[in-house]
Amino acid sequence: MRYTAKKIGTLLLTMVLVSVFVFLAFSLLSGDAATRLLGTEATPERLAALREELGLDKPLIVRYADWLAALLRGDMGISYQYRLPVAQLVSERLRPTLTLTAMAFALIVLLSIPIGVVTAKYAGGWLDRVVTVVGQLLMSVPPFFTGILFTYLFGLVLRLFVPGSFPAAEAGGLRFLGYLFFPALAIALPRVAMTVRLLRGCILDEAQKDYVRTSMARGRSRGDILYRHVLKNTLVPLVTFLALTVAELAAGGVIIEQVFSIPGLGRLLISAISNRDAPVVQAVVTLVAFWVVLCNLAGDLLGRRIDPRLRGGEGGDE
Amino acid sequence: MKTRNYFLTFGCVITALMIAFILLGYFWTPCDPMKMDGSVRESAPTLAHLMGTDKFGRDILSRVMKGAGATFFVAFGTVLIGTAVGTLVGALTGYFGGWLDEVLMRFNDALTAFPGFLLALVLVSVLGPGRRHLLLALGIVFIPSYARIVRTEFERARSQNYVKSAQLMGASTARILFVHILPNIWPVLLSAITIGFNNAVLAEAAMSYLGIGVSPDEASLGYMLSDSQAYLATTPWYALGAGLVIVLLILGVGLIGEGLQRKDL
Repeated sequence: MRYTAKKIGTLLLTMVLVSVFVFLAFSLLSGDAATRLLGTEATPERLAALREELGLDKPLIVRYADWLAALLRGDMGISYQYRLPVAQLVSERLRPTLTLTAMAFALIVLLSIPIGVVTAKYAGGWLDRVVTVVGQLLMSVPPFFTGILFTYLFGLVLRLFVPGSFPAAEAGGLRFLGYLFFPALAIALPRVAMTVRLLRGCILDEAQKDYVRTSMARGRSRGDILYRHVLKNTLVPLVTFLALTVAELAAGGVIIEQVFSIPGLGRLLISAISNRDAPVVQAVVTLVAFWVVLCNLAGDLLGRRIDPRLRGGEGGDE
Repeated sequence: MKTRNYFLTFGCVITALMIAFILLGYFWTPCDPMKMDGSVRESAPTLAHLMGTDKFGRDILSRVMKGAGATFFVAFGTVLIGTAVGTLVGALTGYFGGWLDEVLMRFNDALTAFPGFLLALVLVSVLGPGRRHLLLALGIVFIPSYARIVRTEFERARSQNYVKSAQLMGASTARILFVHILPNIWPVLLSAITIGFNNAVLAEAAMSYLGIGVSPDEASLGYMLSDSQAYLATTPWYALGAGLVIVLLILGVGLIGEGLQRKDL
């Protein structure tokens, strides 16, 4: 229990630090929001009125506390740029982003686990070498460049999708998923390569252990040992790594949404950043922080669920 | 058993070629990267323009050379800031421990959990455009990860015999930290540097792709990529030229990092 409490404490600190950082950065460095909204010719009275309306006349710490209290009530404020509630803007854009993340994650799991197991099983063979080289290449291609290549190849040459025309929500689930497949693949590919490398390394390390040798001496087949014992022991690092991956997909999605013009949270964030729309930026970044924290915690708890040894030290120092 | 380390060999060859390409770009480019030539707009690769020209008739190869230089400059500076400050913080906290170490590491854990790219994005957007701001923002965001790696190594080194004997011989703390311990953690740091360099290249390209932290008339690989998207149907070589340079830059350094790790196995 103590371990979990400590972990949750650190993760809460992450969220607070990130939100304070974003809050401070915008308040201290980006100048007066009221002047920007009304232009430099606005009368002092109107400026003062708007400042009061936006709550900008209060001291920084009060504003942060107000913002935090409102956030806990589910109120994320009003966007400067759209003059709409941030909660509404965010919830409209949640679906494409979440679908994209889920698809990318499914691709990572479905591709990397079989490939990782097979390369470890035949480590040193030709297949292993091909996968290593291809993996090294895939890790070097930035997802947004992969996205542009996909747009050209699958969009313009093979005409599998129409670049830049994101299907409306009414167009039906299948077209929606079809459009998101290529962006999902673009962010998944480098991470598939990383996961394969990690899994292969873990399996090979585990296969060095004494119990594997003993099992072999007792006449068990290699495949039997691999699937029944070795794989189970590589689950914990794999789950931890995958949890980190889901967390990072949130940041990876920001760029890929721009490449494929997907109206998701990432595009909202970029447009809010360019327009200095502080309430939107704060809300989106805090949401991402929450997501990251959630994934980390889930990975950690899952790992402890899988491996009883990690639970053994409870009440001890960790 | 001595096998050749192909990773290291290929990595060094590619990186050397890329550095030569970038250095050449600082002093000489085939054409003036800013010159607009109306007669060769959107031209396919020819002998005069090896990577073709863009919609204004500017030579893409020359712009890629300049852009690669800018990317390299940002990545190099980022790693420099991250490593220098991170090593200092990590060395002091790891060697001395104490409450400051505890507090700093709690902050560190909290910060490294969050994707640094997003923090850098926010920081750049409020600092304003410009390559120096980009470099500064990325450098600051990279500090925690280096500090953590270095701290672990220094903490381990603290209780080792060579450090104890140096203490007994009366060596000064600064000498122990940077003359005795630092060279011993060099392999770990070097591997972190190669990973950090690649992350910095990626971050710079991504940031300029999003149009944050660069001005449009400066040649920049990410900006060229986003520009090329509108003309993908007519001038696909534009995207290819800029993208391949990023890929080669990352691939070379990535192979070196991989090769270094395999060597000490």
